[in-house]
Amino acid sequence: MPDTMTFTKKELRVVGTRPVRPDGVPKVTGLARFGADYSLPGMLWGRILRSPHAHARIRSIDTSKAQALRGVKAVMTSADLPEQKFEYVGPERVAVNFWHMTRSVMAREKVLFEGHPVAAVAATSKTIAEEALGLIEVDYEVLPHVIDVEDAMKPDAPLLFEDMITRGIEPAPDRPSNISKRIELKIGDVEAGFAAADEIVESSFKTAPVHQGYIEPQACLARFDTDGQAELWASSQGHFVIRALSARLLGMDIGNLRVYPAEIGGGFGGKNVPYVEPVALVLARKSGHPVKIVLSREEVFKGCGPAAGSIMTVKIGIKKDGRIVAAAGVFKFQAGAVPGSPVMNACMCAFSPYDIPNVRSVGYDVVSNRPKTAAYRAPGSPISAYAVESVIDMAAARISMDPLQFRLKNVAKPGTPTVWGPKHAHEGFAETIRALMQHPAYTTPLNKNQGRGVAAGYWFNNGGESSAAVHINEDGTVLVATGSSDLSGTRASLAMMAAETLGVEFDKVRPTVADTASIGYGHLSAGSRTTFATGIAVVEACKKVIGNLCARAAMIWDVNAEDVVWDGGCARYTGKKSGEFEPLSLKAIAVKKSVTGGPIVAEVSVNAGGVAPGFAAELCDVEVDPETGAVKVLRFVTAQDVGRAIHPSYVEGQLQGGAAQGIGWALNEEYIYDEAGRLTNAGFLDYRVPVASDLPRIETVLVEVPNPNHPFGVKGVGEANIVPSLAAVANAVSRAIGQRMTELPMSPPKILKAMNGGR
Amino acid sequence: MTKHHVTTTVNGDAVEFLCEAHETLLEVLRDGLGLTGTKEGCGTGDCGACSVTIDGRVVCSCLVLGVEAEGKAIQTIEGMAAGTRLHPLQRKFLEHAGLQCGICTPGILVAARSLLERNPDPTEEEVRYWLAGNLCRCTGYNKIIDAVLDAAREMRGADHA
Repeated sequence: MPDTMTFTKKELRVVGTRPVRPDGVPKVTGLARFGADYSLPGMLWGRILRSPHAHARIRSIDTSKAQALRGVKAVMTSADLPEQKFEYVGPERVAVNFWHMTRSVMAREKVLFEGHPVAAVAATSKTIAEEALGLIEVDYEVLPHVIDVEDAMKPDAPLLFEDMITRGIEPAPDRPSNISKRIELKIGDVEAGFAAADEIVESSFKTAPVHQGYIEPQACLARFDTDGQAELWASSQGHFVIRALSARLLGMDIGNLRVYPAEIGGGFGGKNVPYVEPVALVLARKSGHPVKIVLSREEVFKGCGPAAGSIMTVKIGIKKDGRIVAAAGVFKFQAGAVPGSPVMNACMCAFSPYDIPNVRSVGYDVVSNRPKTAAYRAPGSPISAYAVESVIDMAAARISMDPLQFRLKNVAKPGTPTVWGPKHAHEGFAETIRALMQHPAYTTPLNKNQGRGVAAGYWFNNGGESSAAVHINEDGTVLVATGSSDLSGTRASLAMMAAETLGVEFDKVRPTVADTASIGYGHLSAGSRTTFATGIAVVEACKKVIGNLCARAAMIWDVNAEDVVWDGGCARYTGKKSGEFEPLSLKAIAVKKSVTGGPIVAEVSVNAGGVAPGFAAELCDVEVDPETGAVKVLRFVTAQDVGRAIHPSYVEGQLQGGAAQGIGWALNEEYIYDEAGRLTNAGFLDYRVPVASDLPRIETVLVEVPNPNHPFGVKGVGEANIVPSLAAVANAVSRAIGQRMTELPMSPPKILKAMNGGR
Repeated sequence: MTKHHVTTTVNGDAVEFLCEAHETLLEVLRDGLGLTGTKEGCGTGDCGACSVTIDGRVVCSCLVLGVEAEGKAIQTIEGMAAGTRLHPLQRKFLEHAGLQCGICTPGILVAARSLLERNPDPTEEEVRYWLAGNLCRCTGYNKIIDAVLDAAREMRGADHA
């Protein structure tokens, strides 16, 4: 395997080892502070009143009785938030519209889903706050609602926005609809490709919306001073983004809001956007008291974006030898109450693992009376991969070809065009498929009622804006501060890269997640970007510090700085001057900081490019109980190209976690609505995420094809692992029962029905 | 609203508190006593993040009323380490990377300790079923199971010494 990274010349001392994480002890003793664990003197409790209706016009809201209740210090509605301009801003793939965002945080003209916030109170106790909610009188005009995506696309569907004209269609439609946007991406000549195919395989699929299922409900604590300055303690995937969005929604200066990152109890994409923070800030501003809001699990399910549900059709054309010559997909995604499903990601990622000359992906972003969807681990990609990888499996079976061999034959390589324009630039896809083919699990015999499924998947990974500061203390210990929220071990991986670069021991480096006033901007910990992009910032800051240390050694030795190098944690003289030049350790230089120029600090901000995508291939063995239709996952193997695993245990954990979520998505999890458009399973009893006894051991294969654009070869690791999981399980179940399963979740009734020929 | 006076023991120490009749033990621990290591994930007894023991039995503290603590012995995550010495389960969770975000960790540690008190030599399947009431969304459970089994091994060795 070619290894082109900068650090290869010498043995890595720290990278690739498995030290205990620096933030670990407080998390096993209960002392780590998560979003709900902060409090301040005089603090009030905030609670949110939510719509009981799926769709209704708000005629009026009377808060006077609530306001008059003893102990109530503030009541707010959308009237306390400024109106926002209607425009889509930011890159198309992740564009936001603040006109929609402010309506998601607090309803204005209409409530658009059951659970939509309509008002909020702050009171001296939870009990009083709850009582006050009951005193708010909202006069609703209930409207017809629409839940499912195909119903929402019908011409006579109830409209969420009476003036929504579909974007992306020329000429623009003359009538409004719930279709926010149509996307079409294509390369080659798809019709000609299908005409030249020997076999064509086509199928339609449906997936239910699923929730990220983070165990920590959204929570924050806000205070707001009369001079306009505010502080916020919040659990989020990016405190700088929460700061920017909250300030925008309140109409305040970013400089007046300081956000402290709480430990975050799971996010998976669901904590990229604010839900409670703007509400707590307004209540704090109105009341003059600190305000804490902690959501209930029911509120999390009903109000805080699940992943999109979908309806999809995928068609591929192949030659007899197994080459794919054409592919087409139509992906209809539920955006929830306002536009912005990840359908564009789905269109882009769908066929990306493969080298196909003629491809067309068409996507629809459709609003309906559900909570606005939020990102969920490789948002969009697992959904389209489920459809594509199912059809790939059918195609391999059609020509009696081994399903991994079929994928390998068509796998994308550097130079293969993507459907959105640029060519693939990185190795790793074929290596990952081969690693799975070589795994002993792939050739283990199966028994009756058992089936084996495989699938592959692609995810972009992200780079982007990150900041890091490295401080050398006077005793030679090192502080590394970044602005990146630590979801699951990035303080460890960043400290390891710093220790490796500086040549010091891991336990001499103390990493922190700094608040928004203490470090430069850091974008979300999302898109598997933190160890990659923030890692680059950390390494660059370390290199700057090393330059400074070498200059100080040169000063101590009275030699030219260019004759000093940093090697093995020491400054070493390489020039020709005679005399004693014992290498100077970092500590030896640090203790003399005051006489060699003062504090030794470097802060570096980057906008990291050079991202390498993630690629995963997975295998799943299941057994289906023919009496009940219940599926038992017997074995699961996940192989992923991780570039280089900085802390292999945490990388394995990412793969295992992604697979577990994918198994839940495939088998159990779904939002279930009643006739009135109300969610009927808004709790962990009825919305069933996998528990320990549901799962087998999840075996991992870390494929390491380094990213040449990162000093240690890092590719993002957090997301690609969930992309193939849905399809791997579906392909296994389909083989076990001899029937193609085309709907998720594959709950026992659906499987029984398929086994009984549709009855 | 009249408050009830409750006398109880938390992590071995005598504790008195006042609470309203409807307040849960979880609310009393977190909001009243400042013991925020016990987490609320659902409030309906489905996720196990609020696991504590009452007289040695694991319960979801969100399903217990504060007044029910009267005369009982409560153990929370804050009482798990012996002063500055981590419990073997706590150490093994760190060594095996048995946590990612860490929100479910206190509840899982409390539940796992209770398992090992009853069954010092559990099989993997027994650990999986015992912990089936404790949701973890990050790890896929592998490394949690590894940590519990390894802690059990170490604790059995220590018992024999």
